[in-house]
Amino acid sequence: MHARVSPFGTDGYLCARISGAVPSASHVKPLLRAAFLLILGVLSSLFPVQASGSEEGHHGKEPFDPGHMIMGHVGDEHGWHLFGHTTLPLPIIAYNTERGLSVFSSGRFDHGHKTYGGYMLQEGKLVATTAPDGTPVEEATRDEALTKATWDISITKNVAGMLTSVVLMLLIFLSVAKGYRTRGTGAPKGLQSFIEPIILFVRDDVAKPNIGPKYRKFMPFLLTVFFFILINNLMGLIPIAPFGANVTGSISVTFALAVFTFLITLYYGNRHYWGHILAMPGVPKPVLLILTPVEILGVFLRPAILMIRLFANITAGHIIVLSFFALIFIFGEINAGLGWGVSVFTLVFTVFMSMLELLVAFIQAFVFTFLSAMYFGAAVEEHHEHKESLV
Amino acid sequence: MLIEFSFGLIFWMTISFLAVLFILRKFAWKPILDTLHEREQGIEDALNEAKKAREEIATMQAGNEALMREAREEREVLLREAREIRDKEIAAAKDKAKAEADALLARAQEEIRNEKNAAITEMKNQVAELSIQIAERILRDKLADGAAQKALVEKVMADADKHLS
Repeated sequence: MHARVSPFGTDGYLCARISGAVPSASHVKPLLRAAFLLILGVLSSLFPVQASGSEEGHHGKEPFDPGHMIMGHVGDEHGWHLFGHTTLPLPIIAYNTERGLSVFSSGRFDHGHKTYGGYMLQEGKLVATTAPDGTPVEEATRDEALTKATWDISITKNVAGMLTSVVLMLLIFLSVAKGYRTRGTGAPKGLQSFIEPIILFVRDDVAKPNIGPKYRKFMPFLLTVFFFILINNLMGLIPIAPFGANVTGSISVTFALAVFTFLITLYYGNRHYWGHILAMPGVPKPVLLILTPVEILGVFLRPAILMIRLFANITAGHIIVLSFFALIFIFGEINAGLGWGVSVFTLVFTVFMSMLELLVAFIQAFVFTFLSAMYFGAAVEEHHEHKESLV
Repeated sequence: MLIEFSFGLIFWMTISFLAVLFILRKFAWKPILDTLHEREQGIEDALNEAKKAREEIATMQAGNEALMREAREEREVLLREAREIRDKEIAAAKDKAKAEADALLARAQEEIRNEKNAAITEMKNQVAELSIQIAERILRDKLADGAAQKALVEKVMADADKHLS
């Protein structure tokens, strides 16, 4: 439940990641500070001092909880919060080993306040209950055994966002492929000429140098991963409903992507690859006792790092921008004028961070693809040059 | 809440990613990459062909020049030979003409000599005949009497004696 909704639609994560100092900040800073104080001073004198919402107690308004607001937006939800009190209901799909399959709209939960079909939402999670339909959540009790037997495969916000990106991807690339089929080897046109350099970049600067002559069979995966991450990153920056889900910033998605890289690496790993992991050639036996476990750990660590890097970069960006928006409401609770004053700076920083996040969207897609290609390259590499003479 | 593996999300992610991967692999990446490869191959082939054509032209030019030089040399040789043949023929003709002229001259001289000899012989014969006739007449006149005949014989005998002694 969100106590407040930003007037700027914080649903969209116009956000970015601080990954470096603002250039020429040294001489801009004093100026900014002066302007900041001036605006805050003028605005706060215009509005009368306001007691905090909870003390005044009109309508039991809760105090603003930035952590809750941010986590709610960065995390996943059963239902897509559009604006104000309007939420787009999404399908709940749950398979219970005892009850069987249940499919219904998340709107039945009445914004998570009521039970339906033997299920209810507890802190956004789907849990089983034995309470009859329409029981307020506070009165219903969670059925632990049934909850454990439930597999929640609902179309959540992130799933819906991801499916939107998938449809977009199919539209883009099937139309681009059609361009290639109709124009043949002729010059590319329109969308085709926008996509072609990126495909060539993935092929010539990611796949070829890392994998070598066997790059061809990895191209479909690398291209799909690259564009999947890129499009989902970019969609996450658009704050309007079918976009704006934090798909690549959810660890489940990056986990699945990393698992693909991991499985492909294992599947294509040849004799040399396993030889290097299990018994590094040219290394004395006692050292192998330490080295082999490290190498085996590395096999799992590499995809794990892929997973965490993408997740952390995208989520961090979203959290930073949401924090800026949270500042508006934190100051706004103290004084409405202060809130408006802060919003000016929030907007400036948000725009700056959005620019940064555009860059991060490309960089993270590139890094994931590049490292995947590197792991594939290590797996299929044929010739190793060892210094055999360690006598 | 933030770092939380959600079964549903992983489930949908796996299905949709695999679907996208297989659909795009078959209907997008394959035609796109194939066409790109084909285009690159085409460009490379065209470049190679252009290079080959340039080389061919260069070799052809070199060949042409060699051919020209050869032709020029051949012409020179032919001209020289023709000049030699001409000179030789002229010389031969001159020699032949000279020889013929010489032969003609020699024959003419021979004939002249022969004619001359014949004429001389004839003249000698005629002179001898005339002389005999003259001598006959003179003798007939002088030796008309016997005494004169006898004196003459004696005189001749005396001469013969003179010669013998």
